[in-house]
Amino acid sequence: MWNWDYAWSILPDLIAALKTTFWATFGGFIFAAIGGLMLALLGRSPIWIIRAINRLIIEFIRSTPLLVQLFFLYFYILPTMFPTAPTALVSGIIGLGLHYSTYMSEVYRSGIDAVPKGQWEAAKALNFPRSKTWTSIILPQALPPTLPVMGNYLIVIFKETPLLSAITLVEVLTTAKNAISVSYRPFEAYTLVGVIFLIISYMFSLLVRMMEIRLNREQSASSGTDSPSKPQSGGKARLNKEVKQQA
Amino acid sequence: MNTTELEKTAGQEAPARTRKPQGASTGVQPIVRYEHVSKSFGDLEVLHDINLDIAPGEKVAMIGPSGSGKTTLGRMLMTLEEPSGGMITVDGEPLWHMKSKGRLVKANEAHLHRMRGKIGMVFQHFNLFPHMSVLRNVTIGPRKVLGVSTDEAHERAVTMLGKVGLGDKLDVYPSMLSGGQKQRVAIARALVMSPKIMVFDEVTSALDPELVGEVLEVIKEIASEGEMAMMLITHEMDFARDVADRVIFGAEGHIVEQGPPEQIFENPQSERLQSFLSRFRL
Ligand SMILES: Nc1ncnc2c1ncn2[C@@H]1O[C@H](COP(=O)(O)OP(=O)(O)O)[C@@H](O)[C@H]1O
Ligand SMILES: [Mg+2]
Repeated sequence: MWNWDYAWSILPDLIAALKTTFWATFGGFIFAAIGGLMLALLGRSPIWIIRAINRLIIEFIRSTPLLVQLFFLYFYILPTMFPTAPTALVSGIIGLGLHYSTYMSEVYRSGIDAVPKGQWEAAKALNFPRSKTWTSIILPQALPPTLPVMGNYLIVIFKETPLLSAITLVEVLTTAKNAISVSYRPFEAYTLVGVIFLIISYMFSLLVRMMEIRLNREQSASSGTDSPSKPQSGGKARLNKEVKQQA
Repeated sequence: MNTTELEKTAGQEAPARTRKPQGASTGVQPIVRYEHVSKSFGDLEVLHDINLDIAPGEKVAMIGPSGSGKTTLGRMLMTLEEPSGGMITVDGEPLWHMKSKGRLVKANEAHLHRMRGKIGMVFQHFNLFPHMSVLRNVTIGPRKVLGVSTDEAHERAVTMLGKVGLGDKLDVYPSMLSGGQKQRVAIARALVMSPKIMVFDEVTSALDPELVGEVLEVIKEIASEGEMAMMLITHEMDFARDVADRVIFGAEGHIVEQGPPEQIFENPQSERLQSFLSRFRL
């Protein structure tokens, strides 16, 4: 039966462990956001070999389980690569980051594809070099519509952090397990873990929703009656669908 | 103003705007030369063996039924479309080719970049940058491409926007503008890069009829200033007659007929041109 006193007694430890969970979440997210952008840009390289290798990396990472990747990184690759083996947290951030960068690259790709062809042509007509076309013209238009989808991935990554308990990271789930190993009371501990994740995910998702509403408003203000740049809304619908499949 | 009449009566070149000589027929090096240029999309050849010279400062109007290849001709000059055959020369240098060890090879990006500096284009659908204010749409080229200082770019842009009648819209975003205003921003944006030849591809076709006039007025004004050559792809026959030194009529990927506007419009030779023009007369 549920024991309130016991539940209250382990709650502070669980909440303290959230700090590690957050580090893993944001660290993994930032890694994935930057890595994903790099993969997306490589996928647009004019050199076909680069595009092919990029494709291969993405397919490989996507079609192997995150848990296996984490084991591999933590117990084998990272310790062999570095003289002092990175901590479980750093390994976890790298693992989550690598894995989700392949999904994020698809989000960026849809955002980039949604920028009308005329924008590339106008940049060329003004003689913009390729790099400046990206930084001044394409990315400033491609990225804002992807923000809500990115936000959803932040939630997905947050919910995946308990996997890091498998590589010895002391985050919320590991803390709960440790408590259980002493008290033999799994009910309260696991319930609390679930509730904590539920509350935080829900708050995140409200934030994402707000961001989306604001973006839609800005978008309808900035695209106005301008017919040539309309495809954007189509691109956005595509973006949203994509995350749902993943989340 | 009617240049033809002036020429006739004065028996010499009109003072305000001189008719440019007809491309190859003079000794002047053309600003643009198409030699045996062809273009195919897949199996479909849409331009066949095009030969065309445009003199520096010359205003050439391109007319013809839709699908005849006018846009493709302009896009090849703007390096948006690569010719399938033949050679385009801009300001005496091959556009899509370069010399390497004495041989002509396919141009690399550096060559194309250098050549593109001489060419500008205004598009049917404006293609303004929606995330930038009107002012930034016009300053960004000089700043990022020409390496002009922020102040200098600002000054040039303000002058240019004043010229197209949008001096009061500097901080507005493109979405708040009418089609005619957007197109005038696009013209300012292209002009501020000081190209030697500018392609105008049906720049009024996407506009509401009541907005066409303001854009054509701006182009006429620019044309009257002189040095820049213009390739004006258009369906506005009165405009072509007013502005062009030479009118080229193309159909099905060929140049069918060309000449001074008065000849093309008053005395068309080919049956195709006659029937094409009859559709514009009420
Ligand atoms: N990117 C493309 N792919 C395939 N066909 C094209 C492409 N661009 C133009 N065409 C074809 O080339 C022909 C000429 O088109 P275009 O140059 O746009 O003519 P115009 O501007 O005179 O109307 C048309 O038959 C058109 O369908
Ligand atoms: Mg066309």
